[in-house]
Amino acid sequence: MIKKDNYSEYVKKKTKNSPLAKNCLWAFLVGGAICTVGQLILNGIKKLGVSPEDAKIWLPIILVFLGALFTGFGLYDSLAKRAGAGTIIPITGFSNSIVSSAMEFKKEGFILGVGAKMFTIAGPVLVYGTMAGVVYGIIRYIVMMIWG
Amino acid sequence: MEEKIGQQTLRLNTPVYVISHGNCVSAFEEDGPLKGRFDTVVEDEYFGEKTFELAEVKLQKTAITNALEHAGLKIGDLGLVTGGDLLNQCIASGYSMRDSGVPFVGLYGACSTMALSTCMATLAICSGFTKFAGALTSSHFCSAERQFRYPLEYGGQRPPSAQHTVTGSGAVILSAEKKSKLRVSELTLGRIVDFDVTDINNMGGAMAPAAMDTLTAFFTDTHSKPDDYDLIVTGDLGQYGSDILRDIMRQNGLPLGDNYNDCGLMIYDRERQDAHAGGSGCGCSASVLTSYILPEMELGNLKNVLFMATGALMSPTSVMQNQSIPAIAHLVHFVREDGSL
Repeated sequence: MIKKDNYSEYVKKKTKNSPLAKNCLWAFLVGGAICTVGQLILNGIKKLGVSPEDAKIWLPIILVFLGALFTGFGLYDSLAKRAGAGTIIPITGFSNSIVSSAMEFKKEGFILGVGAKMFTIAGPVLVYGTMAGVVYGIIRYIVMMIWG
Repeated sequence: MEEKIGQQTLRLNTPVYVISHGNCVSAFEEDGPLKGRFDTVVEDEYFGEKTFELAEVKLQKTAITNALEHAGLKIGDLGLVTGGDLLNQCIASGYSMRDSGVPFVGLYGACSTMALSTCMATLAICSGFTKFAGALTSSHFCSAERQFRYPLEYGGQRPPSAQHTVTGSGAVILSAEKKSKLRVSELTLGRIVDFDVTDINNMGGAMAPAAMDTLTAFFTDTHSKPDDYDLIVTGDLGQYGSDILRDIMRQNGLPLGDNYNDCGLMIYDRERQDAHAGGSGCGCSASVLTSYILPEMELGNLKNVLFMATGALMSPTSVMQNQSIPAIAHLVHFVREDGSL
């Protein structure tokens, strides 16, 4: 007998789940492909004579640019529909989240639209990523102080 | 005099006729099973406007203009328009009626708005407030996405239970004075029902209990059963919500047969179009009502139809605060009368 207290479970049972195996495979392949492209770009930059330290800075700049470009062309979300986490996790996904928000809210103007709402999706990543860095830094400092 | 029967249903003894209808949808809806049935089809989601919200305003204006043309009326002939939409503060409806000069009642019923606005327009006529009333609603995929979900270019993945918001508007004109073969026989106003569903991606599952509640109230109040009707439609329960409704109605002793369908399943071809569990939004039931149901009744192919739209009454804020999703369903019983007017 379906009642209010067992209704949520009943709904879960009746509703088709996302195809987990297929999604994982796509995420793996596309995420891996993006990272492979990244590696190729890194190797290419180094071949051009850029130092390894500088190359590591250039790489995210290039990948963020590519993420933004494909988002602007309306292609990133088409790939993401299949790839799921494969396009969200790499830094290109971070770029997509900011650029897509900026594009969306341009209609409300540059200040209150683009400026204010650009980070609606990426905000938590920035806040908690920075905070994690701070916490790690404090832990590292204390550890270094104790063990020298 | 109108007669309240049972707990939630009003039987109209003075006829309120459906004298015309109109709609306006986008190319995506025209690409579905109801191709060729729509009054106006818009190729691009901006409809020539700067923003999606203004495009939705234009959808509504087009739908009601179509309905008025079909009735041979002007907007000033209406004594009242009832309308609503999904946007914050119902701006699509407020702005579409801004220049009309007609008394306007804004409503929020989420996706149940087509049934709700029809009920309210009918009640306004029954009360003697006006002889001609319009009921209007709309939804727009892009304006709904940016308000409820994510930016359009964002690379997020949607689960199979998600639905596609219909870009469309529907309008119905009702009158006690001008006659037609179609009229409102009863209307049932629903109660808010919440079965603790928190999954924002499964609106159909969240709304099915409200659909069951209102349908059961109607059958109880009218002493009828599902087989008595040519067609029973829900607004946008989608694939999973409509399956669930069949189950829970059967459990309630009121099984739904082949005469039950869902507008969200009628508007899109889910095999060919990327619509996941089906269409949704106020425009879903509105465009199916005005492009298929009422025209088929006018042709005499349907004579006795229960039109019930369901709405989920949550907001992005309530979802973020971990509240469950309450839902509501309102019902209109349309009948066709043969014989001379």
